[in-house]
Amino acid sequence: MRYVDEFRNAELGRAVATEILAAVDPTRHHKLMEICGGHTHAIYKYALDDLLPANVELVHGPGCPVCVIPLGRVDDAIALARTDGVIFTCFGDMLRVPGSDQTLLDAKAQGADVRMVYSPLDALRIARENPDREVVFFAIGFETTAPSTALTLKRAKAEGVTNFSCFCNHVTIEPPLRALLESPDMSLDGFVGPGHVCTVIGTRAFEFIPAEYRRPVVISGFEPLDILQSILMLVRQLHDGRCEVENQYTRVVPRDGNPRALEVMAEVFEPRPQFEWRGLGSIPRSGLGLSDAYRELDAEARFDVPGIRVEDPRACQCGEVLKGAIKPWECKVFGTACTPEHAIGTCMVSPEGACAAYYSSGRLARQTEVV
Amino acid sequence: MSASRESLAGGREQRVLEIIETARAKPARFRDERITLAHGAGGRATQTLIEGLLLPAFGAPGGTLAALGDAGAVRAGDAQLAMSTDSFVVKPLRFPGGSIGELAVNGTVNDLAVSGARALAMTVSLILEEGLDAGVLRSEVAAIAAAAQAANVEIVSGDTKVVERGAADGMYICTTAIGSVDARARLSSGAIAPGDRVLVSGPIAAHGMAIMLARNLFELDAAIESDTCSLWPAVDALLDAAGSDLHCMRDATRGGVASVLNELARAAGVAVTVRESDVPVDPSVAAAAELLGIEPMHVANEGRLVAFLAPGAAEHALSVLQGVAGCEQAALIGEVGEDPPGMVLVETGFGGRRVMDQLVGDPLPRIC
Repeated sequence: MRYVDEFRNAELGRAVATEILAAVDPTRHHKLMEICGGHTHAIYKYALDDLLPANVELVHGPGCPVCVIPLGRVDDAIALARTDGVIFTCFGDMLRVPGSDQTLLDAKAQGADVRMVYSPLDALRIARENPDREVVFFAIGFETTAPSTALTLKRAKAEGVTNFSCFCNHVTIEPPLRALLESPDMSLDGFVGPGHVCTVIGTRAFEFIPAEYRRPVVISGFEPLDILQSILMLVRQLHDGRCEVENQYTRVVPRDGNPRALEVMAEVFEPRPQFEWRGLGSIPRSGLGLSDAYRELDAEARFDVPGIRVEDPRACQCGEVLKGAIKPWECKVFGTACTPEHAIGTCMVSPEGACAAYYSSGRLARQTEVV
Repeated sequence: MSASRESLAGGREQRVLEIIETARAKPARFRDERITLAHGAGGRATQTLIEGLLLPAFGAPGGTLAALGDAGAVRAGDAQLAMSTDSFVVKPLRFPGGSIGELAVNGTVNDLAVSGARALAMTVSLILEEGLDAGVLRSEVAAIAAAAQAANVEIVSGDTKVVERGAADGMYICTTAIGSVDARARLSSGAIAPGDRVLVSGPIAAHGMAIMLARNLFELDAAIESDTCSLWPAVDALLDAAGSDLHCMRDATRGGVASVLNELARAAGVAVTVRESDVPVDPSVAAAAELLGIEPMHVANEGRLVAFLAPGAAEHALSVLQGVAGCEQAALIGEVGEDPPGMVLVETGFGGRRVMDQLVGDPLPRIC
């Protein structure tokens, strides 16, 4: 595949790995967080840990859209799915996320009309094809997916599709990062920044990290060579004592992001005063709700949604995993009570979740020599 | 556990990994309250259903079912027979490269073939939905007849049922076949040994991708055709080339090559290492899988087998197999090792090494 294979070239990968080894200070331990779940997935898929010196440790961050959805919101989704006359549409990953009592897949098996879609536009199409049914779309994700939801809602409004609504769970990346950077046990040395999010919000949106928290950031692409190169750039910043936002993913990411996407998001969404995150608690202005102009398409306004905050399961340490405070295998229930077949935590469900990625691909000791 | 692994892993992490492996090695328990689509996907949920519910109820200790092969062994006097059954619920009924009728014959013929048996006789049951277009039925009946003729298997019995509109989706087919085990075959998962080479009979993942694209879910256009075909010619060639050095074979259907390798690694208590860059995948299939974020080794095949061969016989068997029509791109993709037992590892094209697990559930139901 042209334009993909070039970024998976093993020879170049080894060369970058050698450069990392040369650039890293052997007396220091570097804890680098990849913010985005897409990076976590790629790191396990390509076993990039194997190519890094042992004193460069990758910590998995909060940027997995499925992982951050709290129990109460899953319960709300299931309640919507069970509402008479509703066709409930969502991405495949969400089907297996546990709520308090069950998953959407269980609700489907009990008769709820739950349908997997690949884009919000599919959900809108289903609404057009079923004018006598109410079609609800379960919107999740960071700034990467929010524009497509926004455009879909814009189109629904323009076309006057009245039987379509959105259960909005979009979130933004800055608030949880700030929460993380301000937590007392914060021990991260630098960040691999989320390339896809930056195509929308630009690299500028991450400048607060070096400016306010003195940590370097490198915005990275998603191919293995991208990620290795970003790690090299971070290690070099740390070595030089520099602290800035660098852009490894220049082939896609501009500094100012995508103004048109930002414009449509601003039109359709507005920040919620508070939004609950799995394991991280309630974070002010971290979630997106629908703006007044789009209120009529808000499933939470149209239907009776329980909206009850539910504590995370006691045994579950997803919050610690999302903050990078513990490794997946350090969670008390990892791999025994919590497995991909019977997940307790969200991080064990999505392929971008740190626990699922480690369980499915990483159950192996690192092969690199200890430096 | 090898010394190298022990010394390289952190002690605590290593202990957690060992606890997990112990938990995974235990027989699966079926604890679910309801059947969900995941139970039909061929991954770990299916395994739980089979090992946790069906096997304890049906399988005599040490009996033929307990081997969980693609077909069961039946002894009739001196004759060694094999028997297998399969149901087909694929949607859509017709797809590029094949249709449900062709699949229904090949699927069961292949379950016998990879058990070393050539199909002799087959039964066909049709479950038809009220209102099914007779033209559709006619063309599927013709497809069944043609595939049976091509596989040289006689249809000796059958059944038809019609259910109310909505109680089935067009048509479902169930086929059962009996075959005679080839005298050259010495196949069992227990014969898999460290050092064995792993072979696939051709480019993988075409069937599953063809079905996905045929459902028009992605607005993706690619010329991908299902790989459905009878595997007997491939098996015949491998038996001829390798005889008893051909240790085990499986038909890599639902759950793909990854599921088959995991099942066999677990059954034989060995490790399997696959070199990702040696796994043949058609470029258009690879591109579609890439766009959809799907791992080709998890995608279903309907005319691809995975074989384990003694190291000395592997190269010769491969070159013989490559002479069989449709198997020109057969390849040796990996090796069997001792450690870690029951696991499948991938050497990625990029140089790292990772675990390759089964999927819990396939995001795409009704693939065959």
